[in-house]
Amino acid sequence: MPDRPIKVLIAKPGLDGHDRGAKVLARGLRDEGFEVVYTGLRQTPEMIATAALQEDVDVVGLSILSGAHMTLLPRITKLLKERGLEDILVTAGGIIPDDDVPALTQVGVARVFGPGTTIAEVAEYLRANARPRD
Amino acid sequence: MEQRAGSAVAEPRARAAELCDAALAGDRRALARLLTAVENRSAVAEPALRTLYPRAGGAHVVGITGPPGAGKSTLVAALIGELRSAGRSVAVVAVDPSSPITGGALLGDRVRMQAYADDDGVFIRSMAARGHAGGLASTTGAATAVLDAVGFDLVLVETVGTGQSEVEVAAAADTTVVLEAPEMGDEVQAIKAGLLEVADLVVVNKGDKPGAQRTAAQLRAMLVATGGPAVGASRGDRPRPKRPEVLVTTAATGEGVPELIAALERHRTTLTDAGRENARLARAEAQVWAIVADRLRDRLHEATLRDDTQRTLAEVAAHRLDPYAAADTLLASLAVDDEPDATNRDCT
Repeated sequence: MPDRPIKVLIAKPGLDGHDRGAKVLARGLRDEGFEVVYTGLRQTPEMIATAALQEDVDVVGLSILSGAHMTLLPRITKLLKERGLEDILVTAGGIIPDDDVPALTQVGVARVFGPGTTIAEVAEYLRANARPRD
Repeated sequence: MEQRAGSAVAEPRARAAELCDAALAGDRRALARLLTAVENRSAVAEPALRTLYPRAGGAHVVGITGPPGAGKSTLVAALIGELRSAGRSVAVVAVDPSSPITGGALLGDRVRMQAYADDDGVFIRSMAARGHAGGLASTTGAATAVLDAVGFDLVLVETVGTGQSEVEVAAAADTTVVLEAPEMGDEVQAIKAGLLEVADLVVVNKGDKPGAQRTAAQLRAMLVATGGPAVGASRGDRPRPKRPEVLVTTAATGEGVPELIAALERHRTTLTDAGRENARLARAEAQVWAIVADRLRDRLHEATLRDDTQRTLAEVAAHRLDPYAAADTLLASLAVDDEPDATNRDCT
């Protein structure tokens, strides 16, 4: 192994049950050489922050299709900051209107991937932007 | 190998001390960072483990292994729930396989364990096996020692889904639980050598499925009747197979889980001093040998010896030298290299 793999948490906050996208991405990132922790459906912001902390991930990828992103994503980034995890790269995907993106960027979501994004694009972005680690 | 320019790695020893102090004081983020250091074999790992190892040994380390889909993660979740209501703290190391092709991994064991997010008495960590066969990652033992040292009452080690012979977990745990699903095989499967032999407890999970009780009865008949020191106690010190207790659980509903915890406790307390000592010696030997092997390999690749080592390996590759002679040559080169004024290292 040339370098240690980047560790990514793929999580689905909120109440929608559409986890196909998250699973496809988790599988795709696995094939790109990432270590992917997948935690399943209906995760609370607390569950996600705890998993990110215990797993010491480099990236948190949030998949949300319920429309509750303006409530849930800021809560997650706030919890991550409170726990000293502000160096984790937070990204989101799913159904998120373009108009909401600036507000999410403001609270610390580094990038929103919309429908049609390829796995290779995501992988490339994560490789370029994940925190350097000791 | 992991040394990079950067502030955090500048002084591994100081960084290790800082992380250890914080982790021992209950800082979970520091604990998580320590586990990463151990997993990546970073420069922080060795000084950290030197600090923490003497503090380990208090936890009951329970290995949980069995075929994919038998219910290991679900059982671990059920055990956490039961242990927490008894007020005991639990750490989990859950290992999943790494891709032999890309090195990537999908770590999915947490899916079943997410209910304990706000409980400081629970700590769950997923680990990719990273090319190590045997059911664990090569650093799982060290990760277990870290979690033990910071004071968890129990450390549950969940292996990758195993087949018949991934028995490494037995050397990493005080008590090894082998999980089986109903109708997974007949009595002949139960008397084959391998995984079932290292079980201290055999659990037939999915007890609500038809055939669970019959599977348990078959396992009991084959394992309990034939194994164990009670049958041939006077046969000197030839190693004898264990006589595992066989239990039935339905992890998804929690049925049988209190009985399993009682059995774990029984195993821990009735383990004779000699038995415990042997298990711990075996674990110590495995750990120390792994480090010795690593260090020998590192030494042989150091600047002064690298060319000789490569030359010797090339000789073996060309079938001009046999591997045994090569090993002797390499060991001799280490000994010679240790002497300050050695001149002759030319051996072919």
